[in-house]
Amino acid sequence: MGVIYILICISIFVASVFLYLFIKSVRSGQFDDQYTPSVRMLFEEETKKKKKEIETEQESN
Amino acid sequence: MSNCYHCGDPVVEKEKIVFDDKEFCCQGCRTVYELFSENGLTTYYDFEKNPGASPKEVLSKYNYLDNSDIVSKLLDFEEENIQIIRLYIPHIHCSSCIWILENLNSLHSGVTQSQVVFSQKKVTITYDSDKISLKELVLLLSSIGYEPYISLENFDDKPKLIDRSLLYKIGIAFFGFGNIMLLSFPEYSNEYFKSEDFWMVEYQDFFRYLNVLLALPVFLYSATPYYISAYHSIRTKTYNIDIPMALGIIVMFLRSIVDIFFQDGPGFLDSMCGLVFFMLSGKLIQQTTYNFLSFERDYKSYFPIAVTKIKDEVEVPIQVYEIEKGDRLLIRNEELIPVDSVLISDIAFIDYSFVTGEAVPVEKKSGQKIYAGGKQVGNAVLVEAINSVSQSYLTQLWSNEVFDKKSTQKVKTITDRASRIFTPTLLTIALVGFIGWTFSSFNDAFNVLTAVLIVACPCALALTAPFTWGNVIRLMGKQKLYLKNTAVIEQISKIDAIVFDKTGTLTSSLGQQVYYEGIDLSKSDLVAVKNIVRGSNHPLSRRIYTLLPETPVEKPESYDEIAGKGVQGVFKGDLVKVGSANWVGVLSENKNNQTRVYVSINEEVKGFYVFENEYRKGIEPLLESLDNEGYDLYVLSGDNDGERKMLEKLVPEGTEMVFNQRPDDKLAFISELQKQGKNVMMIGDGLNDAGALAQSNVGISISENVNVFTPASDAILDAGSFSKLYSFLMYAKKAMKTIKMSYVLAITYNIVGLSFALSNRLSPLVAAIIMPLSTATIIGFVTLISTIYAKKTIEKKVLKKY
Repeated sequence: MGVIYILICISIFVASVFLYLFIKSVRSGQFDDQYTPSVRMLFEEETKKKKKEIETEQESN
Repeated sequence: MSNCYHCGDPVVEKEKIVFDDKEFCCQGCRTVYELFSENGLTTYYDFEKNPGASPKEVLSKYNYLDNSDIVSKLLDFEEENIQIIRLYIPHIHCSSCIWILENLNSLHSGVTQSQVVFSQKKVTITYDSDKISLKELVLLLSSIGYEPYISLENFDDKPKLIDRSLLYKIGIAFFGFGNIMLLSFPEYSNEYFKSEDFWMVEYQDFFRYLNVLLALPVFLYSATPYYISAYHSIRTKTYNIDIPMALGIIVMFLRSIVDIFFQDGPGFLDSMCGLVFFMLSGKLIQQTTYNFLSFERDYKSYFPIAVTKIKDEVEVPIQVYEIEKGDRLLIRNEELIPVDSVLISDIAFIDYSFVTGEAVPVEKKSGQKIYAGGKQVGNAVLVEAINSVSQSYLTQLWSNEVFDKKSTQKVKTITDRASRIFTPTLLTIALVGFIGWTFSSFNDAFNVLTAVLIVACPCALALTAPFTWGNVIRLMGKQKLYLKNTAVIEQISKIDAIVFDKTGTLTSSLGQQVYYEGIDLSKSDLVAVKNIVRGSNHPLSRRIYTLLPETPVEKPESYDEIAGKGVQGVFKGDLVKVGSANWVGVLSENKNNQTRVYVSINEEVKGFYVFENEYRKGIEPLLESLDNEGYDLYVLSGDNDGERKMLEKLVPEGTEMVFNQRPDDKLAFISELQKQGKNVMMIGDGLNDAGALAQSNVGISISENVNVFTPASDAILDAGSFSKLYSFLMYAKKAMKTIKMSYVLAITYNIVGLSFALSNRLSPLVAAIIMPLSTATIIGFVTLISTIYAKKTIEKKVLKKY
């Protein structure tokens, strides 16, 4: 029944991956500012749209 | 009345500007709108209504940014032509602000990247110094209404390394806790069903050794704050709660290792990891901070980085630290005077609101001494420094030892006091249990000793305070009392004497509300009145003078000031009288307790200026309820006792009032009260209160706008919530009560746990149940109770009957 070794090793490995990802995200500063990104995410798209609009306007002129 | 499309200020009909079908209150706002719309940035107005600020004239204010030495000290990073700067922008307040600041590159191609940290109101801008200099960048920001605030504090302020270790520790503790718990299930089912589980028999060692491996990083890394704290507390003989905590963790780990390696049982590794995880979470909860506020400000955050020195008739910007005695300095409108100096120009109006909270500018004449900290209002003036910055009257206050002491001074918290009783009791019980069991078997005795230390590990006890304080600090923040840290709450609950600063605290630092009632004055009348009151030094005249719109200065043909009555003069042939009712010629006066100044032109009474009572609303009932509750009240004032009579009507009987207090007198007054054994709360606002705020047990600085600068203090109170002070004090007391109640609960759990431990029945399963159960109920209990109390005190509409 050696399968238990494999299964548990896999489960620990998966958990370790999550731990690694957590540490990595903390290190990259994701948790330093918990407000601004939530707002930023909402308007990123619109900026690009605006810019494109201007460009197309300029082109059509 | 409509509001400005850009900044939201009410639009005055006469000054209204219509552009693009939108109404603006001033040219500045219109210009910003125009700039944004030209660059396709009108999305700015979509996120928030009227998000902007009207730009202020800055002109030569930032000339010092031409000086490359100063610039390089301000920059965070500099490499060839790439420069990075972090700027504090007080106006950042909504999503529109984030949007426009992060789209700066649309306004200027020199900006490569800009990123806002909203909670700190800071923006980090990366730019190409070949295309745009720092000065141009600052001017650009100012021109769109986002003027950065650059002060002496920025000077050596390098980006601080953010301490993220707590998060790592929590992550690792949770990883260990979760995995060990899962891997322990077979053990527990084995114990519970008393069956010989196949998996367990076969793989017991594998599970257990794996657990040891998983627990190692938790034991060696995550729990380190407790070892360190315990070590320090033993060395300083303060004996805080972390000693039994650390002891519990270490004993748990060692006992588990012994159990596992001697094939004696599964050990307590899951309980240990759970404990560490919960305790660290408590630390995180307690860490609520208001990043956008600063509780540590000293004069440096008020002072400019550079001033203009006149050297051989040429203006040169110099750093304020380089000012020497005898230097001639040019102080422009709205600029701060950084050193004690003597006025060279004929006349200056100095606004000492930063220092004293008094908003009405003081007139100074040539040759008079001007203290550092004042702001020039009006035209640029020339002064001569008579001291260096650090020797100035105001800055010397910071050499007082209270400013060093405060940081190292450690207050004994309720948890520490509880642990002083708890720890010895626990050790005694453990020892008694050990000795008792040695009569039966030494092995059992060892088990009992460790079991007692494990189960009595004061997890619930130590978690109570962080979770209660964490909740309380957040609820208080919602009501606009911002505390520096959680320790302040306990201090507040112990207060028995409250000292109020008068100017800016009891009175509003926005100044008196002055308005005109009567027949509308024509433009020429206004010019006449302004030029007549210009000559008078009476405070009321000065207030009227600042209220009236800017007019050309013209000398009246005749002018006379009659003490106690008013001023009169002939201006362009008209006889203008400004003064008291009788004197101007009003027969019956219905005063309604207001101060009024009447205006007559050619003996025709036009109307009057009303000076509203400048004391804050709700002061009387507030002071009354504080007095009834038994607090000793004091009023300190830097002014003379001219207002004593007025104040006596407001404050309850027996309130001590002291006038003519200099900053260091205030400090001495507080420490005198403390020597009498009182716990003093000081409420002030100006820089001159800084010493007293630092000396007091709880220093609260009051602010009309929490985004502007307040002196170093333990808490910042929004002026609008001033009348709630009483409720805050009551709530802090209730919070203490909450903690005491939950201690009863925690001790109950401990007694139950101890009964298991002393009878040598503490199996890992029992520990694994008791530990999270007690933690969860305690957290739930304190959160619930403190929220209920908040509803009953601070969240209630205060003082309805007034």
